[in-house]
Amino acid sequence: MSVLDPVWTSLLYLAAAVCFILALRGLSSPRTARRGNLVGALGALIAVVTVFLSARLENTPWILAAIAVGSAVAAPVARRVKMTQMPQLVALFNGVGGGAAALVALLELGHAENPWVRVAIVFTLLVGAVSFAGSGITFAKLQELMTTRPVVFPGLPVVMAVVLLAAVAAGVAVVTTASLPLAVLLLVLGLAAGVLLVLPVGGADVPIVISLLNAFTGLAVAASGLVLGNVLLVVAGTLVGASGTILTRAMAAAMGRSVAGILFGAFRGGSTAGSTAVSERPVRSSSPEDVAVLLGYAQRVIIVPGYGLAVAQGQHTAAELALALEARGIEVDFAIHPVAGRMPGHMNVLLAEANVPYESLKEMGEINPEFKTADVALVVGANDVVNPAAKTSSGSPIYGMPILEVAEARQVVFLKRSMRPGFAGIENDLLYEPQTSLLFGDAKESLAQVLGAVKAL
Amino acid sequence: MDGTALLTITVLAVFVGFEVVSKVSSTLHTPLMSGANAIHGIILVGAIIVAGQAANPWVLAVALLAVVLATANLVGGFVVTDRMLHMFHAKKDAARTGAEPKAGGK
Repeated sequence: MSVLDPVWTSLLYLAAAVCFILALRGLSSPRTARRGNLVGALGALIAVVTVFLSARLENTPWILAAIAVGSAVAAPVARRVKMTQMPQLVALFNGVGGGAAALVALLELGHAENPWVRVAIVFTLLVGAVSFAGSGITFAKLQELMTTRPVVFPGLPVVMAVVLLAAVAAGVAVVTTASLPLAVLLLVLGLAAGVLLVLPVGGADVPIVISLLNAFTGLAVAASGLVLGNVLLVVAGTLVGASGTILTRAMAAAMGRSVAGILFGAFRGGSTAGSTAVSERPVRSSSPEDVAVLLGYAQRVIIVPGYGLAVAQGQHTAAELALALEARGIEVDFAIHPVAGRMPGHMNVLLAEANVPYESLKEMGEINPEFKTADVALVVGANDVVNPAAKTSSGSPIYGMPILEVAEARQVVFLKRSMRPGFAGIENDLLYEPQTSLLFGDAKESLAQVLGAVKAL
Repeated sequence: MDGTALLTITVLAVFVGFEVVSKVSSTLHTPLMSGANAIHGIILVGAIIVAGQAANPWVLAVALLAVVLATANLVGGFVVTDRMLHMFHAKKDAARTGAEPKAGGK
């Protein structure tokens, strides 16, 4: 059945592409973001209805059933996932998108008469497969199904080089011969390359990899659009590729590292492996009551939330504590490091979930000059993003990463589970400074105790 | 559509992408990533076309797998982004009725 003529089809695809652009544009402000996302979903709906009405499709019942299955699996997961697990979910959805693009390219090989189209097929196959496998490993790391430390073995660079060379050879062969078995081989090589690419990346750098793989999937989708001659896929894929690229670079800058350094650092042995030595120097540990007194009689408190807060699901308690302090006339702000949490902007989402007004969430550049005027900096479950080693010790794996300058505050209180070093595995000298006190325990429980003590003041 | 036209569109889309995304505030980087993620789920259109042309059962099976994966990407991506953005939205009301609204916000 073909209800729509090609002109209408093109116009409807154009409308869908405009919807996608508006969706991304809406994200420039929290006020318009949600509507923007709905516009994007509308665009997707228009596009899917259009393809059913315009192309001469067989197997329609099967396709509808497959769509139903995909929705039935994804929607409940998306609705139920905890906000702390958001990065894994994004990685997972990204991976299946890349996988779908690779499969589409594989099946189009039989129809590709033109060698340039086969070039696009090879590109889609390879990049889609890298994205699928890489996202899978990223998911496993974030879900802690496997170690979050870099996985390196001797000869890894050699294996990677062999896989890439083989992939290039297979790619050239597919372009010239259009052989399906070789295309399948290329797919397998792409999967292997994806695994090898992400394995050596240290846990702290995983967010950047998610963003990079997101860009990869975008490019694979754009290339599949070239394969199918479908303008909408080209535009949508390119938009995502561009946005992923920008975001990846912005994040790498926020961590003071280059993208190449993150991806290939481990090959050269310079990733975030860090040292695991825990020193025996004394620290000043504190009680919830002491912390409450410090906070309750301060004039300005800056809370620095980190991933530990999110893991402990303590964001609601942190928000309550901020309210309780504000009720005492204390000025409270949240200082958000760009890579706090496990993906960029993750902490903003978690605190938004806890109803912290976004005006209280201060970005690094805005809050750093204000630490000087703060009586107390309360660091909850963060470590690497406040580690002065990033500024002072040039040998440190995090050297050069911009940090929140909590050391400038009159008093620094760390709520920590233990003396275990942070995600990057580096010790934090700030813990041993005289103005620092530590309250050990689960972030949420500690916060609840401090909150109780503040209310009792 | 001929190659040059597609190339033109691709290049313009790159610039639109850079232009639009560089305006996104860092507060919204997670929703941006998840929203962009949802958008590339539109590969579903490609998967549907391929499945609709499938002549033998094996091709159909692989194509349907692609449809399932792409739908999961598309639907899951938009749903989860909406959930996140809902929090940014709902928060404004909470702040207004909450105990300690911050005067003179942005």
